Amino acid sequence: MKRFGVLAAAAVIGGMACAPAMAADAVKIGMITTLSGGGASLGIDIRDGFELALKQKGGKLGGVATELQVVDDARKVENAKQIATRMIKRDDVDVVTGIVWSNLAMAVVPSVTRAGKFYISPNAGPSALAGKNCDANYFNVAWQNDNLHEGMGQYVTDQGFKSVYLMAPNYPAGKDALAGFKRFYKGKVAGEVYTKLGQVDYAAEIANLRAASPDAVFFFLPGGMGINFVKQYAQSGLTKDVPLFGPAFSFDEGILKAVGDSAIGTFNTSQYSHDLDNAENKAFVKAFMDAYGRKPSLYASQGYDAALLLDSAIAKVGGNVGDADAFRAALKAADFKSVRGAFKFGSNHHPIQDIYVRKVVKEGDGVTNQLVGKVFTAHADAYAKECKM
Amino acid sequence: MTSALIFEQTLNGLQHGLMLFLMAAGLTLIFGIMNMINLAHGSLYMAGAYVTATAAAASGSFAIGVVTGMVAAGITGAALEWLALRKLYARDHLDQVLATFGVILTFNELTKIIWGAQALFMSAPDWLSGTVEIIPGVPYPAYRLFIIGVGLGVAVLLRHLIVKTRLGMLIRAGATNREMVGALGVDIDRLYTVVFGIGAMLAGLAGAMAGPVLAIEVGMGERILILTFVVIIIGGIGSVRGALVGALLVGMVDTFGRAFMPLIMRAFLEPAAADSVGASVSSVSIYILMAIVLIVRPRGLFQAYGN
Repeated sequence: MKRFGVLAAAAVIGGMACAPAMAADAVKIGMITTLSGGGASLGIDIRDGFELALKQKGGKLGGVATELQVVDDARKVENAKQIATRMIKRDDVDVVTGIVWSNLAMAVVPSVTRAGKFYISPNAGPSALAGKNCDANYFNVAWQNDNLHEGMGQYVTDQGFKSVYLMAPNYPAGKDALAGFKRFYKGKVAGEVYTKLGQVDYAAEIANLRAASPDAVFFFLPGGMGINFVKQYAQSGLTKDVPLFGPAFSFDEGILKAVGDSAIGTFNTSQYSHDLDNAENKAFVKAFMDAYGRKPSLYASQGYDAALLLDSAIAKVGGNVGDADAFRAALKAADFKSVRGAFKFGSNHHPIQDIYVRKVVKEGDGVTNQLVGKVFTAHADAYAKECKM
Repeated sequence: MTSALIFEQTLNGLQHGLMLFLMAAGLTLIFGIMNMINLAHGSLYMAGAYVTATAAAASGSFAIGVVTGMVAAGITGAALEWLALRKLYARDHLDQVLATFGVILTFNELTKIIWGAQALFMSAPDWLSGTVEIIPGVPYPAYRLFIIGVGLGVAVLLRHLIVKTRLGMLIRAGATNREMVGALGVDIDRLYTVVFGIGAMLAGLAGAMAGPVLAIEVGMGERILILTFVVIIIGGIGSVRGALVGALLVGMVDTFGRAFMPLIMRAFLEPAAADSVGASVSSVSIYILMAIVLIVRPRGLFQAYGN
């Protein structure tokens, strides 16, 4: 009896393993992203953007039936690794995508590409994956991590600010951010402060900042840290005399809803904005607002573009994603109309794109981002030359 | 480093400390009287912040928001105690940690289902949104002065409650010898629910106060919870006076560490290294403080009544 049970179980498991194999002609995409806990709004935006594109294409990317499975990593490295292994070994997906955070991407991407699968990054772009650890099967459709900070360094210099106070959390991405800013900023650094990761109160830092009397402040404090800082900065009454500058990560539509009027008059750099004037973007913004009832953030646009990139490449190879060389060439061509406008891949499979400056302005009851100019045209990242591919 | 800056940082430390006191007072009462480790205290803080933001937005009044948030947190806390936590008093601390950790996860997901994953918005009322120049040249946010006032007010009220009222007498007696209080005919179950409710209301008040300054988001409770535990360990478990002294010590050390440690390090190191090392040292400064206190006084600065 016991042996029968084992046999029956084996048969059931075998049957389950066979079931997906019958739909062999479908393209399988695994999305690992953050849908719960802190930072969930980023993953939700990426997923919603991706799913919107898939829905618009009638559930088919490149004209081929597409199975998308979305799994929550709760921002934990060990979860992401486990999910990736399951997707590669058990589900035999063709493409993995979705990861928000650089530390998770560093843990997952190499194992995906080593297994001969493709990874399309809709967000994280750590320098290692753009430089010496770049891989032929890894494509980043968002940015290299430094890009938006570099843009702000250039903009602040162009605007004639001579003495800027810098602030970032004390962890690798924070140090990279300030390094990226300083790569293009030509003035004096009035102070360089590293705060604790996850810090909630910035009163001490703001008091020191006032005492240093800089012309401007550049800060990189993603997520809740940015909300805390911007609110407290506005309450200190400094915004008028010492303007705030930062990357779009501290000013996405979700964050603006939470900081409200406190953010008015601040500037941020982004590769995307919902008021970019091109036909693709107008259609995207309208469709996104109809579907989800909120404005798309840069993350949503990156999720959407990731799906469009896959759509173009799968169509090029006629659904035969098993032909890795042809599929890779089709991805590299980036033959799709990005909602951000001009887009192509550099030699290290990272974007060459324009970087814009946005100002936070009042709109009705709330606040939103408004384009004010372009800092970089066809900007490439600083690590491409270290990539031997 | 001027004296005006030092004065401003002192105010910052005081405000930070009093904010921690609101959390620590409730936690230390619950820990001291029921011998219960309640990790979910941070969830009550989060509940207070969310309800306050929602009620303030709906009513247009900051005061209505704060009162609603406090009451909601108090009721949630009392209900939590009555439904789930009272079964854990007899169990060991590890079981309590496990169970209340489960409560954190439940509250976080529940909050996300009700309010969504994006942070909520809440602003200070107009009459508190400006700055006040207490000493010339140092404009200080009015709302932070308001937090200092509320914190001091709560400290005075709590002292009155514990020293002068019958409930306070029972609380003191309960912290000293629970079995004896029960044997004397006091309804100990009801006392526990009331104390838990008071603790939860204070956590809710802390959350309500935090709303205009901080991001109201899922997981905000866990971040303050760790500091709160440091406070009650330094102050002595079960002692409200200890919670006040501990909170002010932690607030001051943390603020001054962050403000001046990089400057001090610059005397020994080159600027880039000094900034980085200073930031790292200041982020562990309160744990160093805790270690020193524990070496000198293993049971904290103040011991709860008797024990």
